[in-house]
Amino acid sequence: MYSIFKKEIRSFLSSLIAYVVIIVFLLLNGLFTWVFADGNVLTLGFANLDVLFYMAPWIFIFLISAITMRAISEEIKQGTYEILGTKPLTDLNIILGKYFAAVVLVFFAIVPTFIYFYSIYQLGLPKGNIDVGATWGSYIGLILLGACYAAIGLFASAITPNQIVAFIFSMVLCFFFYVGFQQLSNLNLFGSKDSIVQALGIQYHYDSISRGVIDTRDLVYFGSLITFFLGLTYLTLDSRKW
Amino acid sequence: MSIEIKNLTKVYGTQKAIDSISFSISSGEIVGFLGPNGAGKSTTMKILSGYIPQTSGNASILGMDVAKEPLKIKERVGYLPELNPLYNEMYIKEYLQFNADIYKIKNAKEAIEHVIEITGLTLERKKKIGQLSKGYKQRVGLAQALLNNPDVLILDEPTSGLDPNQMTEIRKLIVELGKNKTILLSTHIMQEVEAMCSRVIIINKGKIVADDQVGNIKNRLKNTAKTTRVRFRDTIEVTKLKEQSGIKAVVAIESNVYEVTASNGTDLAELLFKFAIASNTIITEQIELSESLENVFHQLTKNV
Repeated sequence: MYSIFKKEIRSFLSSLIAYVVIIVFLLLNGLFTWVFADGNVLTLGFANLDVLFYMAPWIFIFLISAITMRAISEEIKQGTYEILGTKPLTDLNIILGKYFAAVVLVFFAIVPTFIYFYSIYQLGLPKGNIDVGATWGSYIGLILLGACYAAIGLFASAITPNQIVAFIFSMVLCFFFYVGFQQLSNLNLFGSKDSIVQALGIQYHYDSISRGVIDTRDLVYFGSLITFFLGLTYLTLDSRKW
Repeated sequence: MSIEIKNLTKVYGTQKAIDSISFSISSGEIVGFLGPNGAGKSTTMKILSGYIPQTSGNASILGMDVAKEPLKIKERVGYLPELNPLYNEMYIKEYLQFNADIYKIKNAKEAIEHVIEITGLTLERKKKIGQLSKGYKQRVGLAQALLNNPDVLILDEPTSGLDPNQMTEIRKLIVELGKNKTILLSTHIMQEVEAMCSRVIIINKGKIVADDQVGNIKNRLKNTAKTTRVRFRDTIEVTKLKEQSGIKAVVAIESNVYEVTASNGTDLAELLFKFAIASNTIITEQIELSESLENVFHQLTKNV
C-alpha cells in the first residue's frame, strides 16, 4: 500500500496537481474570509472562521473531485491497472494507497489556513477571543468531510475510464451527500423520518462537529460513509475481472 | 512443473474465451503460445499472472495454485502485458523504483541497475518513459517484469510493434533469459517461435489444437501435400496442368507464376519439368514451399 501511496504523492507533486489544489483552495478561501465585501471577517467584526468553514466544503466539492478523478480511471484507461493487478498487491492495497494519498493532499491544503486561525487569535479583542474548541472541531470536521469526498471521488473514478465523467459524477455525489439529504428533509416528505433523512447527509454531522463537540455518532457516520464508498470502489474494481 | 494448467475455462458472459485447456511447462522451457487474435492467449496469460480469475479448472505456477496463493505467485512471476502499459510521465528509474517498492526489494538500487543493463536501457536511463521509442518502451516493460528476478516469465506479444532490428534484439534477450527461467510467450509471428522456442502450443477459438516440439509440428506437413511455387517463361494453360495426375491444386499468383500442390508421393519436380516441355516453355524458377510453422498454423487454425 505504501508503494502506491508514495507513487500517488509523487504524481501529485510532479503533475502540479498538488500545488494547484492547495493554491486554489487558499486563494478562494482567503478571498472569501478576508477580502470579499460580503461577510469577510474584518467587515463583520466577529472573531471566528465561520466564513472559511462555510465555504471550504463547497470549494472541496470541486477540488477533491479534481484530485481523485484520474486516480483509478487513468490507470484503467492506460492499462496500467493490469500492471498493478499482476504485482504482489491486493485491490485493497491499491485503493487505500490512492485514498490516503488524496486525504494527505486535502490535509496539506487545510494546514496553511491555520494562519487564519492565528491571525484572528491575534486580532481578537481582547487577544485570543476566539472559540478555540469550536474552531478545532470545525477543522476536524473539515478533514473528515474531505476524507468522505475523497472516498466518493475514488469511487467515481473507478466506475469510468473517462476522467471528465468521473469528475462530474464525483461532484454530483459529493453535492448530494453534502446538502442533498438536508434539502430532502426540508421538503417534509418523510414525516417523522425527516430527521433520519437529514442525519444521512454530511452537512448534519459536519455542523455537529463544528460546534466543538466530537460526538462518536458523527465519527461513526464519517467512518461508515468512507468505508461504504471505498467498499463500492473495491466491488467496482473486482467486478471488472468477471 | 513450472506452469500447470488443467481444464482451464474462462467465460465472459456467454462467450467461452478459453474452453477447458490443459498443458504443462517444465522448468527452463521457452514455450511459444500461438494463436490468431481472440484465440484466448491473453486470457490464459492474464489468469496465469493472477490478474483475472478463471471460471473453472486449475492453474498453478511453481506448485502454487493461482487462485489460492496469488500474492506469493506474483512475487515469483514476471509479466509483460500485451499492450505494455506504462506511466509515461515517470522517469525510467522512478518507474523501476516504484516496482522495487512494491516487491520490497532490499538492494533496489543494484536490482534496478542490473535490469537497466541487461535490457539495454543504459543510454536512455535518465529519460522519461513518454520520451522513449516503442522499442525502448518495450525494454522498460521487460525491465519491470525482470526486476524481482522471477522464476517464470509470462510475455504477451513481447515484440509486437517493433522494427526488425528491435525484434532481433528483444528475441536475443529472451533467449538469454530463457537459460535460467521458464518462459511462456505469446505471439502470432511464426518466425519468432521458430527463432526462440523449443516447444509450441497452438490455441484457436479457446481450444488447444497443437502442443508439441517445433520440429515435430513442422514434420506434420511432410506426410501431407507438398506445394511448389513455379515460374514458367510463358503463361500456361492452368486447366491442363490441373489435369495432370497427382496434382491437387493450382493457384495462379501472377500470369506465369503458380503455386502447385501435389498429392503425397508425387514427384512434383519431374511432373512440372515434363509439363513444361509438353507446353513448349521452360521453368525459370521453382521453389518448394517449406513446411513452415506458418503453414501448420494456417492448417490448424482454419479448420477448427
